[in-house]
Amino acid sequence: MLHTFVAYVEDKPGVLTRVASLFRRLNINIISVTVGCSERDGISRMTLVCEASAEAGHRIRASLYKLDNIIEVDDIAGAPAVTRELALIKVAATKQTRSAIFELAEVFRARIVDLTAESLMIEMTGVESKVEGLVQVLEDSDFQILEISRSGKMTMRRGHHTSRVLKAMRPTAEEPEEAEAAAEAE
Amino acid sequence: MDTQANSPSTTPTMLTGAEILWATLVGEGVTDVFGYPGGAILPAYDALRKFPIRHILVRHEQGAAHMADGYARASGKVGVAIATSGPGATNLVTGIATAMLDSIPMLCITGNVSSKVLGTDAFQEVDITGVTLPVTKHNALVTRAEDIAPALRLAIQIARSGRPGPVLVDITKDAQQATALFDFEAAKPKPYRPHPMLKVEIHGLAQAAELIRSAKKPIILAGHGIQQSGAMEQVRTLAERAQIPVAMTLLGIGGFPASHPLNLGMMGMHGEAWVNHAIQEADLILACGMRFDDRVIGTPSTYAPNAKKIHIEIDPAEINKNIKVDVALVGDLKEVLEQLLPQISSHHAGQRNSSTWIKTIEASKGQSAVRDIKNLPDSGHLYAAHVMHDLWRITGGNAIVSTDVGQHQMWEAQYFHHETPRSLITSGGLGTMGFALPSAIGAKVACPKKEVWVIAGDGGFQMTAAELATIKQENLKINIAIINNGYLGMVRQWQEFFYDRNYESTPLISPDFVKLADAHGIAGRAVKTRSELEAAVNEARAHNGPFLLNFLVEQEDSVYPMIPAGRALHEMIRRPGHNPIVETSNDL
Repeated sequence: MLHTFVAYVEDKPGVLTRVASLFRRLNINIISVTVGCSERDGISRMTLVCEASAEAGHRIRASLYKLDNIIEVDDIAGAPAVTRELALIKVAATKQTRSAIFELAEVFRARIVDLTAESLMIEMTGVESKVEGLVQVLEDSDFQILEISRSGKMTMRRGHHTSRVLKAMRPTAEEPEEAEAAAEAE
Repeated sequence: MDTQANSPSTTPTMLTGAEILWATLVGEGVTDVFGYPGGAILPAYDALRKFPIRHILVRHEQGAAHMADGYARASGKVGVAIATSGPGATNLVTGIATAMLDSIPMLCITGNVSSKVLGTDAFQEVDITGVTLPVTKHNALVTRAEDIAPALRLAIQIARSGRPGPVLVDITKDAQQATALFDFEAAKPKPYRPHPMLKVEIHGLAQAAELIRSAKKPIILAGHGIQQSGAMEQVRTLAERAQIPVAMTLLGIGGFPASHPLNLGMMGMHGEAWVNHAIQEADLILACGMRFDDRVIGTPSTYAPNAKKIHIEIDPAEINKNIKVDVALVGDLKEVLEQLLPQISSHHAGQRNSSTWIKTIEASKGQSAVRDIKNLPDSGHLYAAHVMHDLWRITGGNAIVSTDVGQHQMWEAQYFHHETPRSLITSGGLGTMGFALPSAIGAKVACPKKEVWVIAGDGGFQMTAAELATIKQENLKINIAIINNGYLGMVRQWQEFFYDRNYESTPLISPDFVKLADAHGIAGRAVKTRSELEAAVNEARAHNGPFLLNFLVEQEDSVYPMIPAGRALHEMIRRPGHNPIVETSNDL
């Protein structure tokens, strides 16, 4: 099954390697990984998608926590969450074919962000299947896709589940300074 | 370990990075390090003489890592190995992986080229933090003098906390040469954060207690975690109170006294038949600080099919990894057992009539159970089992024994009865040949008053034999027993059983080990028959200095019983009827 993990990691050199190396060691292929800033200074947020057996989720999460640079790991597994992916798709388009592509983009709520005499670039965000749907339609309509760049999934739980709330929900006690920082922020 | 008696560690002072390195170690209570100098670590070596630290010069960095490992296993303290960049660092790798697989707290310090030339393929440059990433619990590259103390203190904290493991700190030469303010207190790491998934729930404890109460055929599987956690008393109390027999993993040996009536002996691939049968027949398995290694379970699908399973383990990633369990108590073994014990009463053991279960196991030992090797008539042959058994008998079982890997390692586990924790030092997880000699050096440095024996095969001994010179230079009283059968014995045994006796590349021509010892200024003797054995062992023990015994044993002897890899625990190859080491009554 598909597993999605959201991890808060220290923003330091080599942290991505450590995470990637763990999956390599477990012989699990990473389908996508996105990394960027989070709401906390010096802490990056990572959304990681991989294919592994249903039981593997526990071991992956437990193993991620064993890495010193990992602060928080959430296994999204079926929880209500918003998932988005950004895709840039460059399609060969002439004066004659352009408008048909515009129409398709319209239907998919995608935007045209670049246009030349021979090609155009579509930008769209959405769930994976929506991106795949647009690609499929473009292909089925015999448009020539020149390039695709997909960001991989970003996921966030729905509702008032900030990382601090998640942390507070955990049964084990936290370091006092963290708890204080959380209290100040409330 | 939290001593800071020496002045450099109490008052903030300007020091060089090299001095900070040693001052931090002193502050952390380190008294001994094992290492080998070289260009990129020379500034550190230059500063060494100013600090109260004993440095043991090794002959190969692999030896340094195994010595630090043996030191840690024998003492429970963090072992420290130090090496230069490039080949010095890569030579540590086998030793680091050995410590990783057996969860040994170890700190490796390597020098690296100057930060200005990092990444340029400079002379003796290697990306050692990259190389060791999968075989360390954590590692770090340090390029500034002011970062050395915090990095080392954090490394030591990580190495010994939770499930212990090796940590490597790579320090560039310019960081060692630069000057910075050394403030030991300020370099203290944040409080250790236990693994966030540790949890022992009240209902989990209650469930475990209920399973123990209602079990008719319970068995405790005693792992390395008992000694790591210091839970010897708690495990013993549990076993005695609930009258549960105890089976040992290889690394569990020593955590529960061999002579205890409830101790069944070692389980797994070369475990005795009654131990493995008891596991297969059990209705409750209580796994204490062990990880259901493949050498212990045979095949997962056929393992203990009738048993409910309780797993007490400090590493959440081990739960349900190889064997699915019914109750997981994820935490430090000692703490968990202390919570569990009040819920276990001896009253229930009586109700269960556990003596029936224990008697069943006793009965299944049958003829093969009790070994009377001592009174066996001398057939003129020398069997490795004799050697192990006599070493145990003559030393009174009080020695620290470092074994290598292979047949002799299994024979030692079967015939040398360990009563006390940290008395068997062996590479269980990685199975590293060449481990015995250097790890014994580490053990002897950690426990100078203890009798220390190396037991190694003729193959493995030659992998790190250069450390004989280290023993001599440090003048360490270590006794060495080479179990010499002229083969890479365990590989030969596999060839005999599974490869039609095609002894490809296993016959071994070795040097005369006694002469080799002599060349190092170490006394020695060859032992060819059983009748010479006792006198030779006594001579070695009495000799003032290291002593090597070359036991020329039966060449094609095999370790029994044996579960072929990938077979079920009860599908053992048993001792052949003609095996001269018949087992009768007197000796257990």
